[in-house]
Amino acid sequence: MNITRREALLIGAGGAVMLALPSIAQAKGLTEEAIASFTGGAPIAEGGVDLNTPEIAENGNTVPVEVSAEGATAILLLADGNPTPGVATFHFGPLAGSSSASTRIRLSKTQNVVAIAKMADGSFAKATREVKVTIGGCGG
Amino acid sequence: MISRRDFLQATVAASAIVGASGVGNWGRLAAQQKLTQDQLLAFEPMGNVTLIHLTDLHAQLKPIWFREPEINLGVGDVNGLPPHVTGQDFLNLFGFEPGTPEAYALTYLDFVALAQGYGKMGGMDRVATVVKAIRAERPDALLLDGGDTWHGSYTSEQTAGQDVVNVMNLLKPDAMTAHWEFTFGKDRVDEIIETLDFPFLGANIFDNEWNEPAYEPYKMFEQNGAKIAVIGQAFPYLPIANPRWMFPNLSFGVRQERVQEVVNEVRESEGADLVVLLSHNGFDVDRKLAANVEGIDIVLCGHTHDALPEPVQVNNTFLIASGSNGKFLSRIDVDVEKGGMKGLRHKLIPIFSDVITPDPEVAAVIDAEREPYKAELTEVLGKTDSLLYRRGNFNGTWDDLICNALIEEREADIALSPGFRWGPSLLPGDDITREDVHNATAMSYPAAYRSEMTGETIHTIMEDVADNLFNPDPYYQQGGDMVRVGGMGYSIDVSKPMGSRITNMTLLKTGEAIDPAKTYTVSGWASVNEGTEGPAIWDVVESYIKRKGTVSVDPNKSVKVTGA
Repeated sequence: MNITRREALLIGAGGAVMLALPSIAQAKGLTEEAIASFTGGAPIAEGGVDLNTPEIAENGNTVPVEVSAEGATAILLLADGNPTPGVATFHFGPLAGSSSASTRIRLSKTQNVVAIAKMADGSFAKATREVKVTIGGCGG
Repeated sequence: MISRRDFLQATVAASAIVGASGVGNWGRLAAQQKLTQDQLLAFEPMGNVTLIHLTDLHAQLKPIWFREPEINLGVGDVNGLPPHVTGQDFLNLFGFEPGTPEAYALTYLDFVALAQGYGKMGGMDRVATVVKAIRAERPDALLLDGGDTWHGSYTSEQTAGQDVVNVMNLLKPDAMTAHWEFTFGKDRVDEIIETLDFPFLGANIFDNEWNEPAYEPYKMFEQNGAKIAVIGQAFPYLPIANPRWMFPNLSFGVRQERVQEVVNEVRESEGADLVVLLSHNGFDVDRKLAANVEGIDIVLCGHTHDALPEPVQVNNTFLIASGSNGKFLSRIDVDVEKGGMKGLRHKLIPIFSDVITPDPEVAAVIDAEREPYKAELTEVLGKTDSLLYRRGNFNGTWDDLICNALIEEREADIALSPGFRWGPSLLPGDDITREDVHNATAMSYPAAYRSEMTGETIHTIMEDVADNLFNPDPYYQQGGDMVRVGGMGYSIDVSKPMGSRITNMTLLKTGEAIDPAKTYTVSGWASVNEGTEGPAIWDVVESYIKRKGTVSVDPNKSVKVTGA
């Protein structure tokens, strides 16, 4: 698994990026833009991507995310409600034992985590999971 | 509402609430003044495996009043399905008559009159009698404790759960899982586990640094040649619903894939013939999990305090709901052969405290645990004119009393009281002792805060809590019941999505609409935030009750519910 330096910095800089705070409409637009630039506008199938997140974040500042897609050469991970939706792009070379990755991300509020896998044959597949970020309390 | 016929098709025909003589029998027995211990315990044994399920005791060692909910709404696919059936609908569904012991034990109908007739429920000395009687017949029967056991009383608070642990140990449980136990802090939980003769199970509890299992996931047992796997599932939302800082290194979650992995492991590597999930998920989460995970035979459900006289079947999995506060115990006999479960018989045994003889050994230990605190426990603070109860989706009178106390004692415009499901009831005319107040408030984070909030913030909180209860996907419901509100009325449409359920928020003292931009003084308790300041909630309530002498709580008409 490779993670580019720019994207690694992006993960690390999540807290600082928050200060820029683009609007939600912008975030949605940015998500679509990121997907379009990853796929080049090619159609995206559902299925074939395993995306594992908690249903409800225990701590929105560090939400564990696992993604795998057998045969994928790259997986784009997005958080569509964050001011900066881009999380990471994982690249898998021919020597990678499996096309899977796990990381922890910050989620500013309840939103979808989206994973798009680019397969070896050039096709794309997608998985989406809603992660709820709640105020908490009142558990009886 | 589903029809009774449909529901029975979805359950096991062999199950019966009172032995072989069938459903609807307590009432007849009571009328003949023959409601006896033998009748309550009567059970036609079957198969080779017996399980005993006790859950959500909330440290109630002595018999209590406990009024079942009047409002228990199910949303989405589970609307109108058990356990979201109350009152007369419940009686109709299971074929019980009003005024019977079943009606008293299982519904809120005529609660005060029936309580006076049938007496208190529960008491661990009575529970011990039932457990011993079952074990006399089935020596290898497994006693499985679903958690929320150590927390919820004055003495458990004083001893950090030790009083309950000492009493439970006499019953020799075979395994337990947990929820509120962790609000004593992880260190305290681990300290107690060290002393237990039985495993503390939680397949879904992970170390959040390395994402490794933090507690034993399951335990294998053998009974008459059958291999039984008991898998523990702790409350999935502990770090969200309760203070995360009390167990900062632990992660929970439903972890459906993990449950499937563990089921596969016990079936394939351990050769389990019967797989039991000892769960603190809550009923709707268990129902979804049972539908999505292959290979669980029985789910022993906890957390949501539901008492169902018959199992609910989901595919090949049977869900058993055994109530709370020591009010009930479930006995489940199972016929297990190589290759699986061939039959199941179940009985929800009601612990009528005046009918079941206390076990003298356990009764003596309970009294010894209480002795050092006797003066504090029994001090009468005042009296109640009203029935005090908590359980239900919206305001209960205990919380109305707590909210009134917060508003007056803390000089607030609006009061918030968490929608806990624990907390026994008191009858009109009862004295209110210190023990009673702590039964409704005992906890390790009791500070009654007082803060300024804008109308918009209050709305956000209300919407957030409502979604924790009314999200149509049970995996996204982390909460207890709806937060209870004093000083403010509101309307709620439970069928709407998050953000648009709560409308018409009104400040009751002026009758004016809540202004999103205006600031209000809000007092509440049980904040999950570390460092919350304020007096303990029980001191606030105590000083209010002492000042009033006799408290009365008017019926709460300030919450309008639609969409159910």
